[in-house]
Amino acid sequence: MRAVITVIGKDRIGIIAGVSSELANAGINILDISQTTLQEYFAMIMLVDMSKATSSFHEIRKKLEEKGKELGMQIKIQREDIFNAMHQV
Amino acid sequence: MTPVINRENILETIRMIQEENLDIRTITLGISLFDCADSNGKKAREKIRRKILRYAANLVKVGEQIEEEYGIPIVNKRLAVTPISLIAAAANEDNYLEFARTLDLAAREVGVDFIGGFSALVHKGCTRSDRILLDSIPEALASTEVVCSSVNVGTTRAGLNMDVIREMGWIIKETARLTAEKNSIGCAKLTVFANAVEDNPFMAGAFTGVGEGECAVNVGISGPGVIRAAVEKAHGQSFDILADTIKRMAFKITRAGQLVAMEASKRLNIPFGIVDLSLAPTPRPGDSIANILEEMGLESCGTHGTTAALALLTDSVKKGGLMACSHAGGLSGAFIPVSEDAGMIEAARKGSISLDKLEAMTSVCSVGLDMIAIPGDTPEETISAIIADEAAIGMINNKTTSVRIIPVYGKQAGDVVEFGGLLGKAPVMPVSHFSSKEFIHRGGRIPAPVHSFRN
Repeated sequence: MRAVITVIGKDRIGIIAGVSSELANAGINILDISQTTLQEYFAMIMLVDMSKATSSFHEIRKKLEEKGKELGMQIKIQREDIFNAMHQV
Repeated sequence: MTPVINRENILETIRMIQEENLDIRTITLGISLFDCADSNGKKAREKIRRKILRYAANLVKVGEQIEEEYGIPIVNKRLAVTPISLIAAAANEDNYLEFARTLDLAAREVGVDFIGGFSALVHKGCTRSDRILLDSIPEALASTEVVCSSVNVGTTRAGLNMDVIREMGWIIKETARLTAEKNSIGCAKLTVFANAVEDNPFMAGAFTGVGEGECAVNVGISGPGVIRAAVEKAHGQSFDILADTIKRMAFKITRAGQLVAMEASKRLNIPFGIVDLSLAPTPRPGDSIANILEEMGLESCGTHGTTAALALLTDSVKKGGLMACSHAGGLSGAFIPVSEDAGMIEAARKGSISLDKLEAMTSVCSVGLDMIAIPGDTPEETISAIIADEAAIGMINNKTTSVRIIPVYGKQAGDVVEFGGLLGKAPVMPVSHFSSKEFIHRGGRIPAPVHSFRN
């Protein structure tokens, strides 16, 4: 199963490192990363493969949420299907 | 496929969910209760309870899982069952209160928000069982929490059952009286239909019709905030572009609904039924149908042009939505529950929308007079006449119409009534002071309309 992780907030050092170490711990492979600035905000989007994940979706979401609080960013993880469904005919 | 991040699409979805209140309004599990009928009422109720627990045990859990994994809120999880007047008929009892209590307990046991189906289909006539159910409605709604009731009083093919319409005036008043201490909230759980549909996931009118299968997952979408934001972007553009903009957005919203429906169906191992393409507002800021109409260029919802604006809105939502889902169904129209829509509340408060205009809007695509508070001393014949007008629009136009009206006990026109939560608040709207009594007391049926010579 693939998922999209979005990280939105004020830019700072260590965002990618912080998020990717969480993912590595959970056995999640990063397939692609894209980043952009959205008005004054920084937005990072990751496409990840969860097929070898060692913890449940729920646990991973909780961990990322905590990481987000620590970094002062909003971190969300959602299954990729919803983006494909909504934006592809 | 090589992994590709389409940044714009991803950020658009996130914006829709976070800023524009995109959500799925409901996953409603339809359950047939036909095999629960029993000549012993107690046994029948035990079978109903067991069947609900068996089918719906995981509904709330699965709903929450999907919510988490897809990051899209699912506001309600509900049940819709076969009309109880059909199931209880075999039991030979004189009061169906115990059936309502069974539904209430079972629904609360599985943790759903509402259960619909304390219903009777009496568009042509009443069986003994239908009559018992009708008589049980006020007390059933007053003594249960999550049970919703609906009565179908007319169809295009059968005409209008004016005897039942007369009775509904009394039933609604009595329900209002019995729930007086809670602003007559019981009436918010009662819908009177013409041309009721069998797979509606929305309350208070959801039930599982006789043509439905054993069980089905039906989903109701939402998303007025998303449509409003899209309409805002089409500011000053022609209607052609406006319609196209709404269609595109409706496609996206409905796709999310279809995905959730399919996923719920898979996880519950229950067949997918339909996606209902109605836009459902909530009292939250930015989640209003009235605000969409105003965004189109009307100073205040209810002014001249509102009916046309609503026609364009609903038709465009359907056109966009139809392509996005494999089966559309339910009501698939515009909901204009006055108390549940911040823009409508405001329009009613400043007198720009009236009961008459709301009725006119139902002739194009609004599903009905919904969540409208009227004075508590409104005569029951006037309520019956409001229902008759609305049912006539449904009958003649071959569409579903409904009335969910609340004669708030002890309140006058101009008062504001709080219902709380998703039900919102409503300014009490005035009704005509002229009597409809003699008309309503004629009794009998209004014959089915001619289908030719349409005008």
